[in-house]
Amino acid sequence: MSRQANRGTESKKMLCKDYENDEDVNKQLDKMGYNIGVRLIEDFLARSNVGRCHDFRETADVIAKVIILSHLAMQTLCKDYENDEDVNKQLDKMGYNIGVRLIEDFLARSNVGRCHDFRETADVIAKVAFKMYLGITPSITNWSPAGDEFSLILENNPLVDFVELPDNHSSLIYSNLLCGVLRGALEMVQMAVEAKFVQDTLKGDGVTEIRMRFIRRIEDNLPAGEE
Amino acid sequence: MTVHNLYLFDRNGVCLHYSEWHRKKQAGIPKEEEYKLMYGMLFSIRSFVSKMSPLDMKDGFLAFQTSRYKLHYYETPTGIKVVMNTDLGVGPIRDVLHHIYSALYVELVVKNPLCPLGQTVQSELFRSRLDSYVRSLPFFSARAG
Repeated sequence: MSRQANRGTESKKMLCKDYENDEDVNKQLDKMGYNIGVRLIEDFLARSNVGRCHDFRETADVIAKVIILSHLAMQTLCKDYENDEDVNKQLDKMGYNIGVRLIEDFLARSNVGRCHDFRETADVIAKVAFKMYLGITPSITNWSPAGDEFSLILENNPLVDFVELPDNHSSLIYSNLLCGVLRGALEMVQMAVEAKFVQDTLKGDGVTEIRMRFIRRIEDNLPAGEE
Repeated sequence: MTVHNLYLFDRNGVCLHYSEWHRKKQAGIPKEEEYKLMYGMLFSIRSFVSKMSPLDMKDGFLAFQTSRYKLHYYETPTGIKVVMNTDLGVGPIRDVLHHIYSALYVELVVKNPLCPLGQTVQSELFRSRLDSYVRSLPFFSARAG
């Protein structure tokens, strides 16, 4: 045990020598942890008996990668963009790009067909999609009278496990990626929606709430130049 | 029984992939024209079928057949369309077309960040897997008319 501890101290010393300031060492440690993490999850799945259930394996894998990746990405993003607003926008864009591909995976795995109305869509998002990719089932509340707006209430948001917002990033919407994913995925099934966070546990609210608004149906058009 | 050819279209009518196995007669027009013609026909038949439907539509248009061949159609809510032409002896093959979508297109193209969406699939792996999958189908047979 002590030998291992010794080796740990040694390698940290080397790291501190290789990098000039502590910031860089921290970053390098984080990167090393990431590389360990992406393999560790395989080991975890191999050892624990969860590997047997195909869907859960996938889910666990996805969650771990999403958490680690989002943490890493967040650090880089916050450095690349000066203010939180830009980071939020960038997160939304990233989520959108994930969403347009993720929907295909979702349709391939679940046997869900086209939804008839927005209520059905809400149900599928909360009960099938969130369950599949994040392992949680948010509740659906606050329907607008017209039936075109609802809220997803996340009791606990796995994206923000182990996350605290530093004081200088108080307007950062850490999980804004989710809004982008929802927007991108729904756009691919001909639904233009708006998704935004209205409550966030990271900001001291009791729950996390995503407000979804149906904008319009995107109609299929025949490509130009065809009769 | 046999498989003649297969088209894969995206929502915008781009032909993502085309391959053929036992196709003895070509359409006699450039491939690009053929894709457009095929997509245009599918687009029209889809809207025709849903307009004429006396009941609420579920899956919509599934297949049509002529005296010589049968066209099987599968569409996802994202508008990816898998079209396979076979001879008349082949029954419903929804599961086969779904497999091509879920296990081949989604796994090898959508999940591959190097494959841009919305244009012809360049992935060699996708081509070869698709080819061997189609060849392994029970109704795929070398000797057929």
